[in-house]
Amino acid sequence: MFRRSRPFVAAGLTCLALTLAACGSGSGSGSSSSNGGKIKVGLITKTDTNPYFVKMKQGAEQAAKSEGVSLMTAAGKFDGDNSGQVTALENMVAAGVKGVLITPSDSKAIVPAIQKARAKGVLVIALDTPLEPQSAADALFATDNEKAGELIGAYAKAAMAGRQAKIATMDLAPGVSVGVQRHNGFVKGFGVSDSDPSIVCSQDTGGDQAKGQAAMETCLQKSPDINLVYAINEPAALGAYTAIKAKGREKDVMIVAIDGGCSGVQAVKDGRIAATAQQYPLKMAADGVKAVAAYGKTGTKASGYTDTGVNLITDHPQTGIDAKDTGFGLQNCWG
Amino acid sequence: MTASTTPLIRAKEPAIARRLFSAPAAGPFAALVLASVFFSLSTDQFLSGGNFSLILQQVMVVGTLAIGQTLIILTAGIDLSCGAVMAFGSILLAKLAVDSGLPPLVAIAIGILVCGGFGLVNGLLVRLVPLPPFIVTLGMLNIAFALTHIYSDEQTVTGLPGPLTALGRTFPLGRTDVTYGSLVTVALFLVFAYALNGTGWGRHVYALGNSAESARLSGIRVTRLTVGVYAVAGLVYGVAALLLVSRTGVGDPQAGQTENLDSITAVVLGGTSLFGGRGTVLGTFVGVLIVGVFRNGLQLMGVSSVYQTLVTGVLVILAVTVDQLSRKRTR
Repeated sequence: MFRRSRPFVAAGLTCLALTLAACGSGSGSGSSSSNGGKIKVGLITKTDTNPYFVKMKQGAEQAAKSEGVSLMTAAGKFDGDNSGQVTALENMVAAGVKGVLITPSDSKAIVPAIQKARAKGVLVIALDTPLEPQSAADALFATDNEKAGELIGAYAKAAMAGRQAKIATMDLAPGVSVGVQRHNGFVKGFGVSDSDPSIVCSQDTGGDQAKGQAAMETCLQKSPDINLVYAINEPAALGAYTAIKAKGREKDVMIVAIDGGCSGVQAVKDGRIAATAQQYPLKMAADGVKAVAAYGKTGTKASGYTDTGVNLITDHPQTGIDAKDTGFGLQNCWG
Repeated sequence: MTASTTPLIRAKEPAIARRLFSAPAAGPFAALVLASVFFSLSTDQFLSGGNFSLILQQVMVVGTLAIGQTLIILTAGIDLSCGAVMAFGSILLAKLAVDSGLPPLVAIAIGILVCGGFGLVNGLLVRLVPLPPFIVTLGMLNIAFALTHIYSDEQTVTGLPGPLTALGRTFPLGRTDVTYGSLVTVALFLVFAYALNGTGWGRHVYALGNSAESARLSGIRVTRLTVGVYAVAGLVYGVAALLLVSRTGVGDPQAGQTENLDSITAVVLGGTSLFGGRGTVLGTFVGVLIVGVFRNGLQLMGVSSVYQTLVTGVLVILAVTVDQLSRKRTR
């Protein structure tokens, strides 16, 4: 008896699942076949969960509303999930998108799939992270990471006010362009070279708070007199702060960071971090959606690199260095 | 534990052997049809040859893995290492062809055989030590993952020679472009459906999954059979490695990280019991398609990807519930 009813049970349960799906469509991006005439824009981020990408999605949603286009979103299951991004891209092309905004999980591995999409006339804009080669996408909307590093380096130089610096750098990971560019920018902005004796310790943190703490503990073990810390992002900076505080040295070590996430800006306001360089994921995605909408309406494709801007956020500005206060930072932060 | 040990088989019921090979995929198949009808009604782009070809192409890698996974689960085992083994195989064959300059076909053969080797080791550990399959393949998952990253030096392999990406190309069938690789996957499903249904080997696999002890007593060489199943599954993962490389056009060291659970999901959705001895490889094919159809259909509707994961989760629990209830009945 049950055997016979099994298909029906399964069928009934599928209906349930489909109802869920329908809910998702309602509360999600709000696009459906009923607005088939609208221009469709796809947004593919590295993950769904990172606050940075959540902010991106918000920016895209706002711009989609004001431009009157419909937005489809997708993400990989984890940072580095290339095949998940490929699948999402193919499905969006099948859905007839005019353009796709993508934050590539793997700058190289996604390229063949991007070429296929572009061959079908889809405008592809890389957000935040360039493809390798950069020309594999039509355009790149991103922070100038080297400039962000320079800004924070110049600030640190001025704030040290002639004191002899003993620097620790909390880096990202070997070979990852974002980390390398920020590090190089910082060193350049501070006016030293990478081999300068004032840089006493460099460690990889993966941008992670726990690893940042462990890295700083190691650095303090090596050189207890460190008085300036550069961190690739605020989680790494806060990890370093915890390690420094454990040694009771939080008053005489200055920490500078890059990113501008809300908890990071809050840490600047509280004085745990001296300054951070803030980037704008919301603007990247919003500009991207506008570019695709323009392509749909006028046929003009966005191209080249667009700097989406960076601001120094601090409550202790230094003369000659442009900065915004934490009030501005908190208003424009992500996360 | 199973019907064979109880006197409760009623006369109207089919004999145990016939029941084993009957199609338990009817429920999943109905679900697949329903979902397809739903998506056809909700979005204009779903119901087209091109879109079905796309779905098939998108599930070919995890589908192929799921064939090996089905074999192992039918023996009451489980394989957590399949995705990682595939990733290692894909990096191996890509690097051998690109960096070491081996002829592409030789590189492919070595890649597939090495995957088979991983399976063989899994099988030997499961049977000879013996160790629980969960533990063995959990260990192998980490080993293969680490080897992939060590051997690739975290670098994506690009510039693959033609034969490695050939299966990712398409040919026109009517007005639809069909990917060669998806035909390989379909062919493998048919081959293993026959092997499980129509050969003595297949019957032994089911018998082993029902009860290793009774299988042994009835004269089946259990060790040889188990090791063989894991090794064959490994070879199938090797084919999946080639399909993966041909689909994405690169050797990607980050690949394969969720495919172990994805393949188990497909097997379960297809009505195969995680306790072994019950299920079909064609059911798994349906299970793989369910995942692919939902992912594609929801995406076409513009539903965010977290909802796709949510729906998959609901479907898995439903599928296992159905399996449990139907087992209870046969007790």
